[in-house]
Parts: sequence; structure tokens; C-alpha cells
Amino acid sequence: MGDWKTITVPIPSSESKNISQFTSETNMSPSSLCSQQVLCPSLPLAKSVHNFFRAFCTEENVDQSVSYLDQELTTLGFPSLYEESKGKEVKRDLNIVAVLNCIQELLVLHRKNLLAQENVETQNLKLGSDMDHLQNCYSKLKEQLETSRREMIGLQERDRQLQGKNRNLHQLLKNEKDEVQKLQNIIASRATQYNHDMKRKEREYNKLKERLHQLVMNKKDKKTAMDILNYVGRADGKRGAWRTGKTEARNEDEMYKVLLSDYEQRQKQILLENAELKKVLQQMKKEMISLLTSQKQKPKEKAEDTPGTVLSDVEEDNSELSKENMWELSCETVREQLTNSIRKQWRILKSHVEKLDTQVSKVHLGGFKDEEVISRQDHEQETEKLELEIQQCKEMIQTQQQLLQQQFTTTCDDDTSSLLQDCYLLEEKERLEEEWALFKEQKKNFEKERRSFTEAAIRLGLERKAFEEDRAGWLKQQFLNMTSFDNKNSENGKPQSAFSGSSDQDNLTLHSKPGQKSYSVFSESSVRTSKLTKSLPVSPSTSELFQTIRHISENSSSCVLNVATEDTKPNQVGRECTAQKWSVASRSDSQEGGCSGSRSLACTDWSIEHRDGLP
Amino acid sequence: MYKRGLVQVWSLEQPEWHCKIDEGSAGLVASCWSPDGRHILNTTEFHLRITVWSLCTKSVSYIKYPKACQQGISFTKDGRYMALAERRDCKDYISLFVCSDWQLLRHFETDTQDLAGIEWGPNGCVLAAWDSCLEYKILLYSLDGRLLSTYSAYEWSLGIKAIAWSPSSQFLAIGSYDEKVRILNHVTWKMITEFGHPTTINNPKIVVYKETEKSQNLEMENLPFPPTRAAASSLFSTESKYEVVSSPVSLQTLKPLTDRPNPKIGIGVLAFSPDNCFLATRNDNIPNAVWIWDIQKLKLFVVLEHLSAVRSFQWDPQQARLAVCTGRSQVYLWSPAGCVSVQVPAEGDFQILSLCWHRSGDSMALLSKDQLCLCYLENEGVK
Repeated sequence: MGDWKTITVPIPSSESKNISQFTSETNMSPSSLCSQQVLCPSLPLAKSVHNFFRAFCTEENVDQSVSYLDQELTTLGFPSLYEESKGKEVKRDLNIVAVLNCIQELLVLHRKNLLAQENVETQNLKLGSDMDHLQNCYSKLKEQLETSRREMIGLQERDRQLQGKNRNLHQLLKNEKDEVQKLQNIIASRATQYNHDMKRKEREYNKLKERLHQLVMNKKDKKTAMDILNYVGRADGKRGAWRTGKTEARNEDEMYKVLLSDYEQRQKQILLENAELKKVLQQMKKEMISLLTSQKQKPKEKAEDTPGTVLSDVEEDNSELSKENMWELSCETVREQLTNSIRKQWRILKSHVEKLDTQVSKVHLGGFKDEEVISRQDHEQETEKLELEIQQCKEMIQTQQQLLQQQFTTTCDDDTSSLLQDCYLLEEKERLEEEWALFKEQKKNFEKERRSFTEAAIRLGLERKAFEEDRAGWLKQQFLNMTSFDNKNSENGKPQSAFSGSSDQDNLTLHSKPGQKSYSVFSESSVRTSKLTKSLPVSPSTSELFQTIRHISENSSSCVLNVATEDTKPNQVGRECTAQKWSVASRSDSQEGGCSGSRSLACTDWSIEHRDGLP
Repeated sequence: MYKRGLVQVWSLEQPEWHCKIDEGSAGLVASCWSPDGRHILNTTEFHLRITVWSLCTKSVSYIKYPKACQQGISFTKDGRYMALAERRDCKDYISLFVCSDWQLLRHFETDTQDLAGIEWGPNGCVLAAWDSCLEYKILLYSLDGRLLSTYSAYEWSLGIKAIAWSPSSQFLAIGSYDEKVRILNHVTWKMITEFGHPTTINNPKIVVYKETEKSQNLEMENLPFPPTRAAASSLFSTESKYEVVSSPVSLQTLKPLTDRPNPKIGIGVLAFSPDNCFLATRNDNIPNAVWIWDIQKLKLFVVLEHLSAVRSFQWDPQQARLAVCTGRSQVYLWSPAGCVSVQVPAEGDFQILSLCWHRSGDSMALLSKDQLCLCYLENEGVK
């Protein structure tokens, strides 16, 4: 780069300004030009190039510029721009191809340079930003370092202060301890001093006492005497004994006896206690073993190695038990064995209980992981439910038992038996009641009808009355006409008998047909009356006739027909009546027949009425 | 009659019999019976000597150098042996005598600074000797004079104030100036538990009986004149009854003067019940209360609080029944079934200062300053 800068180009004067411009430019700052050419963006480069072209090459100095360019390019390694000179001619022709190639080469080179420049520029930018970033980090870290240093210093300061305080407190404590010690020493020394003083004073006091004692003893006044009425016997009744060596020895012996007896008693008590406690321990051990062996039945994944140890323990303990039964007295080794075995069992039991506890806690925390382990609440609920069920079943059984008992052991009370029987025939009873109700209804209906019929009968009676009156009038006429016909009495007898028979028949029919409706009777009676009216040969007296007419009217007014006639007695009465009437009405047979008929009707009415009185 | 130096003895069975013992110039400080009832031990003035007067032989014997302490003489329960505290040359000794012939059995030195008291255990085989209150130390000797054990709870503070043996000799209760009772067992002579006496009782399981005055319904119109004895007594002295107070209960305390000797603080009185079930104590700075402890469970059972300071209490020798007197005219009885305050029907004011049960447990004597009242207890048929 630096090479072609320094080369000064012999340029024609017309372009010398421009060239000198160029050269001056080169002279000014080769580096700046280089840098310009390198660093400047392509546009200003193009501009400067264009200016350069204008400045460099004009129409006048074409050849010079070509030769210059050729020189430059050849020095740069490009092929020559001129054609190969065929002869030694001064003017050489421009090799266009070479020129184009050179241009192409230069363009390529230029492009490469531009790329390189771009790359370098981007790299430069990157490096710049990296630098900035690093600088920021650096400053931050520096700050952090500062703050941490400050903190550390603060903490150190506090630590120092606390240590100082601690030392102070230690010192105080030491001082207090020293003081306490000192005071205790003082107390001790004072105590010894006081003791010494006390002893001194006591000695003095003793001396005084001795002196006084001497005086008192020497005085021997008679006042120190006992005035007693009589001697009191000894408490145990014996006489007093002299004091001899034997008595002393005896006293000693007695004392030792007392002591020994006390010790023996205590030892007995302690032995008893020991035996009891041993028993208790052995029992406990046995129970623990049984518990653990029953636990062994549970799924084995829970107890990995405990069954093995339990088994071994059981074996050991069995042998131990036999041993211990022999050694009931407190032998040291036996005692140790017992306690050790109990400790072992207790440890196993404890571990087992802990396992169960963890299981329970697992169940409480999570769901039912283990099907065998039921949560306590559910268990309790189940047991409560079952208990309730049991209670209910029991109650049911009891009530059933009671009922059974009642059934078997009921006494035959009439009421109860009737009740019982009643309860069996309840259905039939109800049916009967229904029928009875129906029956009553029917009765009511019949009553109604009867009333209506009675009204009809009354009406009929009234009509008959009228008819009878008519008849009576007619009879009167006939009677007046009939005074000539007396010899027809015998003919009347048959129809009478026939009539009576018919009337009897009628009665019978009346009696035999209780359910027959009353109008048929009426029709018969009307028939009878018609018969009567037909067969009238009799010539009754006028008084008898009036009597009968009165009777008829009476009867007809008072007659009330009814249905049921079952009594034979009134029939007889009726018959008798008819017989009587027949005898009475031998002359007036037709009327009597009617009367008897009506009479019989009346009689039957009586009976019927009588009947009606019955419920 | 200490001032005159005279002792007068009467017989309960033979009223004519009498006896008078005159100590003369030797003076009389204390006098007590021997357990067989045939000897009288008089302690002369300044504790110069103890004179043993025999009522059966009219003989006299002297014991020198008795110790002037709180409880220097102790007889075994069966009355065979007597222990006497002596002091010679500034050292404490204990002498054991056989009561039948007053022979000196043993004589040994005790390892105490200033022996304050001795007491036999009920089984007659162990003697407890304790030091003065300046030092907490109790020594246990067997009948033949060997030292069995010593016990000291703490140093420097005021020590033992009172002790009590349980009737079975199983326990020894030590009451000290730190308001605690410590119980030692007879097998190891080590402390098994200690009972504190706090001023506030918080545990609701403990029954606290508080004595309250009954309100007097005096109807002025109905008072008879001249006033009858009952009315007069009721006018002068108010009746009282026990009420159960619910916890927490705070008891009346007395602040002791710390600069005076023998402060009213600590457990001053202890007594076991005869069936070994209860221990009654009094804490001197809660003077109105009697604390009853259940020995089977080793905890506080009942507290009885009264209106005035408890003077003395004593268990019925036959059953677990405690009689308490406080200087008023009522005697208070407590048993596990309940407690009752009994008014003494007396003219005027009868202040009971001390009481004493009869051995059969049927009656007790109530003593005031110059009067004596015998109280008979009726027993309802108990199945």
C-alpha cells in the first residue's frame, strides 16, 4: 500500500493541477488517504473515484494516463494494458481485452476489500459492545465488592462488641463467684469463730454448772425429798432386782435380740416383695412372648427378622424358665438373666408397637394402602352398627318368644274363646251383617209399600162402602122383589160351603202365601164379593142385614192388610168366626160370607197386626 | 409447778394416794413420766442434772450433763429404752438407758454441731438425731449405737425444724425452714419425695376447706332474759363452718421478720396419721392452714384454712381423724369423709389452746389457759 503512495507520477501539466491535487493529497497524509480509501464508505469512495477520474483523465492526456495506468498495473502484477508491440513503434495500441480484464480484476479486488472491510467493521462493533458489557460488569462487581467489604467490617465490629460483652459477663460471673466464695469463706471462718466462742462460753457455763451442782449437792437440804404416801408396785408386778453384771449382759442381749428381730422382720418383708416382683416380671415376660408370637402370624413383610429373634428368644426363655423355677432364691446370675430377658422382650415389643404406630399414622395420612389395616374410626363404626343389629335381633327374638308363649299358654276363658272364635268367623260375620243390612233395607221398602197399600186399602174400603151402600140399596130392592123366592135356601148351602171352603181356601192361600202381594187378596176378596153378589139366594132379615152392613163398614174401615200370617190359631179363630158367622148369617149368606171373608180378613189382620208387634 | 420446784402426783384410781416431790434449790425446768409410769424424771434448773425418782423404791438416781435442747429425752414406743442427749466438753453424746433398771446401755458421740433433738422410730430400733437449725443434718443410729446413715438436704440455709416418724417406721418426714417436707424411706435412708407448701393452690383436685363464720340470726325480740347459757355463748363467740373453696386458692401468709432469730417460717409441726395414710403439716408462715398429704399417692390431699392461727393438731390414735384447735372456742375435726367445726358449749369464752386425744380415740381433752373440757365422740354404728 505504501508503495504506490510514494511514487510520484510524471503527469502532463494540463492535469498537473489535478495530479498535484492528487499528489498533494498523497503528500499530505498518505496514511489519511489510505485510511480514507480504506475506511470511507463506498459512496464517497465512488465520488472521489469519479472526481479522481475527472481529475486524472481528460481527453487530452489519455495516452499519458493509459501509460501511467499500465505502469501501475504492471507493477501491481496485472498484465500490460498495451498490445504486444509488433514493432518498435512509439505509440502502442490499447489492449481492450487486457483493459477489461484488469478492470474486472480490480472490481473483484474491490469487492473483496469491501467485504473484508464490512467484516472488520462488524467485528469492531462486536468488540466494542463486549467491551462495554465487560466494563459494566466490572463496575458492578466492584460495587458489590465494596458493599460486602463494608458489611464484613460491620459484622466484625459487632462480633468484637459481643465478644467484649461476653468477656464482661464472664468477668462479672467470675466476680460473683469469687464473691460467693469469699462470703462462704467468711461464713465458714465466722462459723469457726462462733464455734470457738461458743465452746469457750460453754466451758464457762459448764464450770458454773459444776460449781452450782456442787453447791446444790453440798447443800443437802431436806427439801429435796420425796414425800410419798406409799410405795407403788412395779408395772410388771415383779420385784426390783439389783444391778449386776448379769443384768447388764442380759440387757445387752435383749437389745441385740430386739435389733435382730427387727432385721429379720424386714428381711422377710423384702423377700416377700422380691418374690412378688419376680412373679410379676415372669408373668410379664410370658405375656410379652405370647403377644409377640401371635404377632408373628401377621404378614411377614412387616416383621423382617423379629420372628426369628422371637423364636430364638422363646426357646431360650423356655430353658430359662425351667432353670428359674429351680432357682427361686435370689441368685445373682438368675436375677440378671431374668432382667436381661425381660429387657430383650420389652425392646422387641417396643419396636413392634412403633411399627404399628407408623402404620396407623400412614393410614391416617394417606388412603387405605393396606387392606388389612382398617382405620380406627371405621372399625368403631362397624362395631357400633353390629352391636345395634345384635340388639335389634335380640329384641325381636324376645318378642317372638313372648308371643309364642302367650299362644301356647292361654287359658280357656269364655270371652277369650268366643273372641278367638269370633276372629275366625269374622268374615262370615261380616257377610251376615251385610245381608242383614240388605234385609233391613228391603224391610223398609216393604214398609213403605205397605203404607201405600194401606192407603189404597182405605180408599178401596171407602169405595166398597159406597159400593155396599149401593148394593144395600139394590138388595133392598131385591128384597122387596125377593119376598116371593124363599125356597132357594138349600141352594145357598153349597155355595156357602163352597164359599166357606173357598174362604178357607182363601185363608189357606193367605196363610200359605205370605209373600203374596196384597192386591191379589183384594182381587180375591173382590172376586168373592162378586161371587157373593152372584150367589144371593138368601133372604136375610133387614136387622141382620144392617148388622152385617155395619160390620162390613167397621171392618172395612179398620182393615189393614198385611203379608205374613203364619199363626194357625187366628186361622182357627177366623174359621170359627166364619163358622159363627155362617151360623148367624145362615139367612144372609152372601153378606156373611162377605163378612166372614172380611172377618177372616180382620182376624188375619189381627194376627198380622199381632205379628207386626214382633220385632 | 416449775417455779416452786414441786411435782405433785395423784392417782386416778386411788384418790387418797398422793405424792409430792420437791427438788428444792435445784429447781425444776421439766418433768416427765417414764413409760412404765413408776418413775418421774425431773430436769433441774440450768439442765444441771436429771433426777430420776422412783415411785416404787423411793430411790433417786441422777443423770449428769443432760443437753438443754428442744427434745433431749426420747422413750421407745414399747418403753424399754430411753435415749438421752448429753453434752460434755462441747461435744454431743447420746446415752441409751434400759428403762427397767436404768442401766446405761450405750453411750456414743454424735457427729453434730449442736444436737437439737432425738426421736426413736416406732419400731424401737432406729434413733433419729438432728442438728440445730444452723445446719441441716440428720443422723440415724441403730439401737446398738451404730451410725446407719446421715442425710443433709442443703447447706447454709436454716435447716431442720421438726421431724415425724410414720407409725410403721417406713418413713421419716423432715420439716425444714425452706417450707418443704422431705420424706426418707427406711430402706435406703434417702429422700423419696419432697412436699412444697406454696401460698397459692392451683390444682383443682385438691380440696380446700375454708372456715367461715356463720351469720348470726339474732332476733332481738326473742332473746330470753336472763340469757341462757347457750344464747350467751353464741353471743360471745361466733359459730363457724367449713366451706369448700374452688381453686385457685391463695392462703393467708405471714411475712416473717428476717432479722430476728427463730423466724416463723418453715414446717413447724408434722404428724402422721395412725394408719400411715396421711401426713398433717403446718407451714409456719401460713399459720392458719393445715396441710394434709396423702402418703399412698405422695401428694397433697386437703388443705384446711381457718380464721385464726392453728395452735395444735393431733391425730386420733385409732383412726385417721385429725383434731385441730386454733385458739377459738371451736374444735375442728377432719377425716377423709369430711370435716366439721364443733362449737364447745361453755360459758363465756373458751379458747382452746391445745388438745389431747385419749388412747382409745373416743374422747379428747380440750385445754384452755385455765380450763379443761372433755369431749366425747359418739360413734354411729358403722358396718
